Amino acid sequence: MSSEATVWPSTVEDENTDGVTVDSREPATPASSPGGGSESAGARAWIPARRSVPRAAFYGIAIVGVAALLVSLPLLVTDYVLSAILVPVLALALAGVGQNLITGYAGQLSVGSAAFMSVGAFATYDISSHVHGLPLLASFAFGGVVAGLVGLFFGLPSLRIRGFYLVVSTLAAQFFVVWLFTKVGWFSNYSASGVITAPKLSIAGIDLSSPGGHYWLSLLVVVPLTVVGRNLVKGRIGRSWMAVRDMETAAAVVGVRTGRAKLLAFGIGSFYCGVAGALWAFAYLGTVEPHGLDLDRSFQVLFIVILGGLGSIAGPFVGAAFVILFPVALDQLGSALVGGSVDPGLLQNVEKIIFGALVILLLIKQPAGMARLLHIAWIRIRRWRSRQA
Amino acid sequence: MLRSRVSTYASILSAALFATACRSHSENVPAGGSPTTVASGSAPVVGKEQYFPLQSYRVGPYAAGGSGFFGGFIDYMQLINIRDGGVNGVKLTWSECETEYVVERGVECYERLKGGLNGAPVAATNPLSVGIAYATIDRQTADKIPLITINHGRTDSTDGRVFPYVFPLSLNPYSEISAIINYIGEREGGLNHLSGKKIAVLYHGSPYGKETQPIAELLANKYGFGVTHIEVPHPGTEQESQWLQIKRLAPNWIILRGWGIMNPVAIKTAAKVGFPVDHIIGNIWSNSEEDVIPAGPAAVGYIAITTHPSGRDFPVLAEVDKYVLSAGKGNMADPKRVGTGYYNLGINNGILNVEAVRVAQTKFGQVPLTGEQVRWGFEHINIDDNRLKELGAVGLLQPIKVSCEDHEGGGAVRFVQWDGSQFKRISDWVKADRALLRPIIEESSTKYAKEKGITIRDCDGEARL
Repeated sequence: MSSEATVWPSTVEDENTDGVTVDSREPATPASSPGGGSESAGARAWIPARRSVPRAAFYGIAIVGVAALLVSLPLLVTDYVLSAILVPVLALALAGVGQNLITGYAGQLSVGSAAFMSVGAFATYDISSHVHGLPLLASFAFGGVVAGLVGLFFGLPSLRIRGFYLVVSTLAAQFFVVWLFTKVGWFSNYSASGVITAPKLSIAGIDLSSPGGHYWLSLLVVVPLTVVGRNLVKGRIGRSWMAVRDMETAAAVVGVRTGRAKLLAFGIGSFYCGVAGALWAFAYLGTVEPHGLDLDRSFQVLFIVILGGLGSIAGPFVGAAFVILFPVALDQLGSALVGGSVDPGLLQNVEKIIFGALVILLLIKQPAGMARLLHIAWIRIRRWRSRQA
Repeated sequence: MLRSRVSTYASILSAALFATACRSHSENVPAGGSPTTVASGSAPVVGKEQYFPLQSYRVGPYAAGGSGFFGGFIDYMQLINIRDGGVNGVKLTWSECETEYVVERGVECYERLKGGLNGAPVAATNPLSVGIAYATIDRQTADKIPLITINHGRTDSTDGRVFPYVFPLSLNPYSEISAIINYIGEREGGLNHLSGKKIAVLYHGSPYGKETQPIAELLANKYGFGVTHIEVPHPGTEQESQWLQIKRLAPNWIILRGWGIMNPVAIKTAAKVGFPVDHIIGNIWSNSEEDVIPAGPAAVGYIAITTHPSGRDFPVLAEVDKYVLSAGKGNMADPKRVGTGYYNLGINNGILNVEAVRVAQTKFGQVPLTGEQVRWGFEHINIDDNRLKELGAVGLLQPIKVSCEDHEGGGAVRFVQWDGSQFKRISDWVKADRALLRPIIEESSTKYAKEKGITIRDCDGEARL
């Protein structure tokens, strides 16, 4: 399909066959990572003695450990890390997951994610300011559903058009939403400047207004949605999305209802974006204006997905961490090394150049994204371990 | 195995960067422990320094504003340090964090710097961005750090009973538009002559740009003129369609609520469609040399309001020149920009911040103060004509008296006109109709207090304590 070849970098397409499996438990194709990259039967036969702990128990302990670590993070790190790094990373990662369902799995190019985030944020705000006493999570869900419906609507053109033409249609969503929220005062409860401010955050009477509370709220929303997303893409729906992405005609021939699959991707992906937008507005900034979620943000989410890994659930998390953390780290490194002696404006521009150059380098060396990079590193460690044995 | 090597390098590099980020952050946290300890203790301080975190922006479309403002601010603090040895012996210290005028970067900078610097406690933040200010209001109220939004910000934060830590000093957006209308009335031969006139407001598509719409409508109803709001989307480099709309509308006056690159483009496009430039009144963020010089001859005759007239003929600027610039310690990369509008606003901002520290020291002692104590200082700023003379800022800064209820304290502007090489001052201080505005401000702040569940402060009760 020539039209799709123009959209997808060829390397991505090549690796998509196994690139979607971030989970190393899945059997890998023989071509990839020979020598026990995955948990193949052969590898297990080499090292039977090291498997004294049953696998299920091992993973169970690992999951409990990671969960405990995530939940107790507010006790371990400073407020700065919580409210300036972790919360935005979680929110943008969730938006990235939504974008990835649409773009990475179903293969529909979209630059409307910020619009869907915006719809989610404003819908959440409106429902919580008009319906008093509604639980916070219910208003988040409402925001997500409204965003999903809007996404479904703007996804309709995908039934007829694809590739760059679809980009134009989702671009329309982006401009329309910003215009609507700027123009119609009702959405911002007639605030003079069009800015909405977050209501007090609490769940079941527990006050979540501290930085730790914001983080827990984000975690409470992001983790279950990510698990659901992972199950979605591993199941029937996910397979139909990937079939549409890899070759639509073939998918239709084998009985995938392509139109339904595409609309479902837009609807569910936008739901994720909408909830992410509500998190961004309420748990992170505490405020949002229509222009705060503009085309730049859509591109940022798209970059998160591309950098992190198209067609992967872990990818957006790695990508969001990179996009948020790296400029901050670069900035701090720059001011620690040469701060004071160099014009701060010049330093900023140099940092931008370094960031851009590193992104290009990364995409050349690892077009499948950073999740893939981590996956390869993981395989190497395991191979090294098995050699030790 | 090139790929493997690259991946190893990449992971080492990112680990190193992350480590740096964590390390330099932990250095920012004062020795006393968490930032809240500093805010509540009276003087847990190692050195004698007062810290100003600067959420500056020196790149991006608003770099002209950011570099001028923060340059002036820094030069004034430098002057206090060099000439006076600090405020009563307490040296001022600062560090910058680039925001690019982007909200989340400003929030990140706030969180990064709010803990103080090497034990010096934070006095106040001055983000010079409405978006960033909106996003940090809650945080700063919780952290007890004053948020100074000189000449901009949320208008209803003028009501200090609801916004105890927010200070739209000198001029809030409502006062600004009211003063402009008063001036237009004067030019038309009295406010009663405004009836039937048409005024267009060309505004920057941002919270800042939209802020004055309701008050413009209110004044239009009161005086019987027609008002049309026309949005220019950020950043405003393309305004053909807006000016065609203006041409069809043929307004008597245009109020330009611009920002950054939008201003020179507006002036140039006005000339293109043949609108007389001396009937465009630039607002408080459309009044710097950086706004008119790029427009060239098209800008001659352009009128703007200011609370901080450009020029170097003020004694305080002579002092800055003598102690800071001549010593080669000036902050401006281009020394020619000293004395421009943005720079002088930075000077004014410096005067007000330093004055707040000075006032607070009269109550809490001549030591580095917490944000809560400096807040008291801001609420007791009283700069009268005498004090202006001592500061060397007569004509540069208006008399300002801040109180618990009134966090604006000024509310007057001067009008200036561009003659091709400089802004000529064409009026003295023109006052806004603040009595008319106050009930609207209180209505809005009360609504906000209700939405957020804020208890309104009892200012009289606090004063008696």
